[in-house]
Amino acid sequence: MDWAFLAISTVKIIGLVFLTILPMVAYSVWAERRVSAAIQDRVGPNRVGWAGLLQPMADGLKFILKEDLTPGHVRKTYYWMAPALTMIPSLLTCAVLPFGSRLFGEKMVIADLDVGPLFVFAIASLSVYGIVLAGWASNSKYPFLGGVRSTSQMISYEISLGLSIVPLLMIFGTLNLGEIVQYQAQNGWTLLPLWGEGLSLKGMLLAIPMFISFVIFTTSIFAETNRLPFDLPECETELVAGYHTEYSSMKFALFFLGEYAAMIIGSGLAVTLFLGGWSLPFGWLAPESTTAEVPFWHGLVHIGVFFAKVIAFILFFIWIRWSLPRFRYDQLMRLGWVFFFEIAVINVLLTAGIMMLPLGK
Amino acid sequence: MAIVVKRPKLKWWEQLYLPAIFKGLGITLRHFFRTLSGEGKVTMQYPEEKWNDQLPEYYRGAPALVTDEQDRERCVACQLCEFICPPRAITIHPEEIPGDDKWAKVEKRPKTFEIDMIRCIYCGLCEEVCPEQAIFLRKDYAITGTSRAEMVHDKNRLYEIGGKRVGLVNKWNELK
Repeated sequence: MDWAFLAISTVKIIGLVFLTILPMVAYSVWAERRVSAAIQDRVGPNRVGWAGLLQPMADGLKFILKEDLTPGHVRKTYYWMAPALTMIPSLLTCAVLPFGSRLFGEKMVIADLDVGPLFVFAIASLSVYGIVLAGWASNSKYPFLGGVRSTSQMISYEISLGLSIVPLLMIFGTLNLGEIVQYQAQNGWTLLPLWGEGLSLKGMLLAIPMFISFVIFTTSIFAETNRLPFDLPECETELVAGYHTEYSSMKFALFFLGEYAAMIIGSGLAVTLFLGGWSLPFGWLAPESTTAEVPFWHGLVHIGVFFAKVIAFILFFIWIRWSLPRFRYDQLMRLGWVFFFEIAVINVLLTAGIMMLPLGK
Repeated sequence: MAIVVKRPKLKWWEQLYLPAIFKGLGITLRHFFRTLSGEGKVTMQYPEEKWNDQLPEYYRGAPALVTDEQDRERCVACQLCEFICPPRAITIHPEEIPGDDKWAKVEKRPKTFEIDMIRCIYCGLCEEVCPEQAIFLRKDYAITGTSRAEMVHDKNRLYEIGGKRVGLVNKWNELK
């Protein structure tokens, strides 16, 4: 363990998590409110700062100043653990996201793991514990129902989430997210194989199972992050506020921010796997390999491209949320187990079949 | 008797939900851009923009007392408004007008006339019942205060809001 590595990692962690993701969380709440207002012909928060841009600060201040009430009927230990358990996994997962190519000769990823997607799924599924614990420890009926729903929902959708990216991994032949993005930079994004090797007939055919994968993956991400149309754990029309009914002040804010952080990481993962991560389309400014040197301004452009894509994906999340009604509980389960699970399995076989076709490289 | 609700038989593409989802997304996107371009703007930025000039003639705001062209208070303290007021917001203490007063022939006038604006429901019955056309509902709607006492309009405040009414003001004519 050398000190340079530690120092660089610390800088990356602070830069990505504390200076980028957390402000993005705050501002995606603002974006959510403004966009939903525009969709519903309203104005939204526009008072604090220019166009309401300081609203997240005001909200944060309000949350900190509010009374932190712990009801008398809760299990204190678990009650206090739950918000942290929702927030931390969401932030942990961004360790493997490649948010840029290289800057100052350093890879723009906190942990260059060779099991990227597996790590993300493993950690992300931990966040269900936060919700279950919150529901259970609150010792009251609506949080309990929310926690139970959340468990079954997350378990149902994790399977199709995992299966949906198997076809991708078969094509890329690697689990390292950095190499996956590098492959896409040279050979076409998964959903847009219009250059490099993707331009061949086989690449075009493979775009079909990739699109199916993308639909399943995106829907499962919605379910994993408890976003509408799958926000059954907290659906306010039936369960008051679901698992965080008994929470107040900053503990409630942690649940709230955890949800948005999960949304950002989910967007980041979708962008990395399907939309080419930090790469520009048509191989522009693409480095030759993961080890090649990248000019300084190329590195900056790549970081900018990654976050632009993530923000676009977050806006997509918001757009979906304010367009679609919530699913009924049995519909949700049917969709997860009867449709997505089967389609994902067939998709794996379909991809394998296309890859076996004697169409030449 | 039970009524059998006929559910529509969905075609296969309708059962996919996807066309409906895209249609819905299209609708929300259209509204989004309409609001962004300012075309679908309906919200009024309240403290900066007010709708005072758009209030209809029949708007019922804060009730107020009026004086006539000789600055005589029109109210004769008959207390009809006090009796008809559904939330009992009005309190009147009448007094006799002294004999040497210019308006001694009127006999009575309100010594105190208070309307509790926390209770008032702006129904307009006081205006309707008043035989002297002394109390009217004006267009003031932002009645605020920091204490309960501040929210009770006394006689001075009521005349201040009401002002002067010249000539015969029937509550039915346009002059109101």
